[in-house]
Amino acid sequence: MLDLELDDQSDRRPPSHWESMKRRAFTLTGIGSLVAVAIAWTAGLVRYMFPRIRYEPPTRFVAGFPESYRPGEVDTKWQKDHRVWIVRRGDGIYAILANCTHLGCTPSWFGDERLFKCPCHGSNFTQVGDPVAGPAPSPLYRVSLSIGPDGQLIVDKAIQENRPGHRDRPPFRLTLDGNSRGDVPA
Amino acid sequence: MDPELPPVERTVSTEEALESIERARSWRERLVEAVTGSEIWRSVIRHGNPALRRNRSLAVVGNFFLHLHPPTVTRQALKFPHTWYMGGISFLLFLVLTVTGTLLMFYYVPDVGRAYEDMKDLQFAVSFGPLLRNMHRWAAHGMVVTVILHMIRVFFTGSYKPPRQFNWVIGVGLLILTLLMSFTGYLLPWDQLALWAITVGANMAAATPLIGHQGPFHELVGVQADSDIRFLLLGGTQVGQNALIRFYVLHCILLPLVAVLFIGVHFWRVRKDSGISNTR
Repeated sequence: MLDLELDDQSDRRPPSHWESMKRRAFTLTGIGSLVAVAIAWTAGLVRYMFPRIRYEPPTRFVAGFPESYRPGEVDTKWQKDHRVWIVRRGDGIYAILANCTHLGCTPSWFGDERLFKCPCHGSNFTQVGDPVAGPAPSPLYRVSLSIGPDGQLIVDKAIQENRPGHRDRPPFRLTLDGNSRGDVPA
Repeated sequence: MDPELPPVERTVSTEEALESIERARSWRERLVEAVTGSEIWRSVIRHGNPALRRNRSLAVVGNFFLHLHPPTVTRQALKFPHTWYMGGISFLLFLVLTVTGTLLMFYYVPDVGRAYEDMKDLQFAVSFGPLLRNMHRWAAHGMVVTVILHMIRVFFTGSYKPPRQFNWVIGVGLLILTLLMSFTGYLLPWDQLALWAITVGANMAAATPLIGHQGPFHELVGVQADSDIRFLLLGGTQVGQNALIRFYVLHCILLPLVAVLFIGVHFWRVRKDSGISNTR
């Protein structure tokens, strides 16, 4: 029976205090090492999943001189490569992210209606980015604009803003007053 | 009424008493009860208070992984000379290969234009990429060695003899699967070593009797360079994009799936054939 097989253990003396403390230290060291290894691996794997090289266009790109954009126009030449429209309006210039705030499709600029229209669910946006029709809940995002040392515009899509007021201050809207670097002819 | 006791100031109904007990419970007790009393918790933790021996044995009997494992392992069986531990080490390496391989798949694209660059990215640009790639590589080499040593041990201890013949056959299948996984993985770095190793290896397939275009009796079947077993393996007459994606799918999906199936049967047969290193 089962009891017979366990017989060889029955005459063992119970472990002394020192022995049981040694066992406990051994067990805790083992468990602690396992936990430490597990934490190190988890941290390493989280880092592993964040690539250091990305196969996508950079978020920053040089977009030419401000005066190359026509006043009152929406320029769509960067839409395909960078998903950005450059708008020169009044005395200012700003860049809008071509990313519908409803579900992220790319709207198109309809010059005759002065509207951005999204093909997916019909959201319409004005030239400043405010939604006027469709399900889009908030204005289009503007991205950071700055003037580089050579006077060319630098667009940085990592920095975004769509709140009225905030979006009309640098770097989300630059004023072309003729005195800044990258002069705009009057 | 006993004159020794103070007079009762106020009687309390059963409902009131229960309410006050409920109020006295701490939020922690309520949280523990809400979690451990939930349907999901009780569906996972199925066997009640482990202080009872009956519940503990139920937890063991109802466990899928222990169901594959032999119910008892004798003291004898744990001695190193009896097994060399090679089967267990092979399984551990298989687990390491599965985990590291799955992680490598997040960065590796089996495209002839990208595969080599992705492999170099893993070596030089991805955080912890070299660690995972080297673990995968060394575990793969190690598994070939340990599986062969396991087979030698089983032969020397006569463990292929009745009633274990079927498990020997399963084991031979696992050896072949191990070698095939090694061979298919060899192409994936897409460097010169990989390309020519697979070129040479696939040319051996051309010498297969009947179905290889350079093998004996191929005239009887009429296979040629673009219709034989080598062509089927490579998806072409030379090692190219078709060969790369074929080897990738075989290496990452098909062969590991079959290996998991065989390993499950292998372990279960050990249990059915009365355990590891047990001659009774």
